[in-house]
Amino acid sequence: MAAVTHYAADVAALARKDLLIELRSRDTVPAMLLFVVSALVVFRFSLPADASNLAATGLLWIAVIFTALLGLTRAFVPEREQRLMDALVLSPCDRSAIWLGKALSVVAFLVLAEAIALPAFALFFAPVSWETAAAFALADLGIAAVGTLLAAMAAVTRARELLLPLLFLPLAVPIVVGGVGASVEPDPARYLAFLGLYDLLFAILAWASFEYVVTE
Amino acid sequence: MSTSLRNNAAVAVALAAAVLLLTAIALALYWAPNDADQGFSQRIFYIHVPVALTAYACFGWGAWKALRLLWTREARYDLESYTAVHMGVIFGVLTLVTGSIWARISWGVWWSWSERQLVLFLILFLFYSAYFMLRYSTDPGPRRARMSAVYALFGVVLIPISFLAIRLAENFIHPVVFTRDGPQMAGSMFFVFCMSLAGTLALAAALYLNELAGKRLDERLRELREALA
Repeated sequence: MAAVTHYAADVAALARKDLLIELRSRDTVPAMLLFVVSALVVFRFSLPADASNLAATGLLWIAVIFTALLGLTRAFVPEREQRLMDALVLSPCDRSAIWLGKALSVVAFLVLAEAIALPAFALFFAPVSWETAAAFALADLGIAAVGTLLAAMAAVTRARELLLPLLFLPLAVPIVVGGVGASVEPDPARYLAFLGLYDLLFAILAWASFEYVVTE
Repeated sequence: MSTSLRNNAAVAVALAAAVLLLTAIALALYWAPNDADQGFSQRIFYIHVPVALTAYACFGWGAWKALRLLWTREARYDLESYTAVHMGVIFGVLTLVTGSIWARISWGVWWSWSERQLVLFLILFLFYSAYFMLRYSTDPGPRRARMSAVYALFGVVLIPISFLAIRLAENFIHPVVFTRDGPQMAGSMFFVFCMSLAGTLALAAALYLNELAGKRLDERLRELREALA
């Protein structure tokens, strides 16, 4: 039990550190908010006048996935610039706690971006259903779980920002399927269940494998 | 580590692959009965499906070696995993090409989003292409080996998840037009299919052994060169 509390305290401290950095520097979230609204406006002009709102819903998902990518490319920038990663790896905490703390802060950023994106979508296109909001909540977990691990990988490569979308997008296909399905299908439950399954599988995999990615 | 150019196992497997594949192709073309619905063109089935299954086998083998690498931290598994994924991508591209040809002949289109296997292989192709980008963009060493291994493991989880996703997506992307009710295969067809599958697997194994030997030589050569420099 003590180990669990200790682990949770580590995770909370790491997530708090990321949120504090963001609160003081405001490097990432404002960019994400502006990006998601700009993307929606651009998408408005990419649709023919008689396009259905179903098509717009699909584009909403694309806008959020790209916004998430924007945030994820920045996720490990402070660690890299301040050479913090080595210190984190040396610190007496479980390595997976670094992943979980970072993933939680990514979820927080995503929720903020969607808190803008969904009302903006409702204003520009069509009302947003509860199922869509639930699907975004589930998708955030999957995006953060997979994206944080891949961002840690990409951060140590030469290509860095260039590589992350290539690594991430094929893995995002199931998220888009589950999300769009839950948003447009009459029977959203199975799509939400599918998103839950995705979150579970990939969160376990990322949690277990993060250590191998960050250690020299 | 053996650096001898003579690689008896690879030669034997290559010979077996040649015999099996040539026999399977001959049987598929001249002996197997025509399919009742699709006629002669159905015979591409004896190449397309074994190639697809071989690609899965390669990805699975690569992931198994990746798991061994993370488990034992033995460096040799890195090259083995990489080579297996490399073969998987080659057979995956072959699957896409043969599937595309089959779609053209059967349905008159080069690409059909309602063909699950093809869509899955497209996603896998993109995924494993990124695997190569990851490798080329990282300096060689234990860290690259582990990152590649983790990504290869993600691949085998992505395969069933994507398959499920594609089945779910059919409901809203495209109505299911072409349903195939179970493989109602005649015994002779099944025999040819099994032979072709064995041949393709042997071909993949031969290529794998050959490529692995080549990559090991490469590595050894680089080490020697560094030692001399």
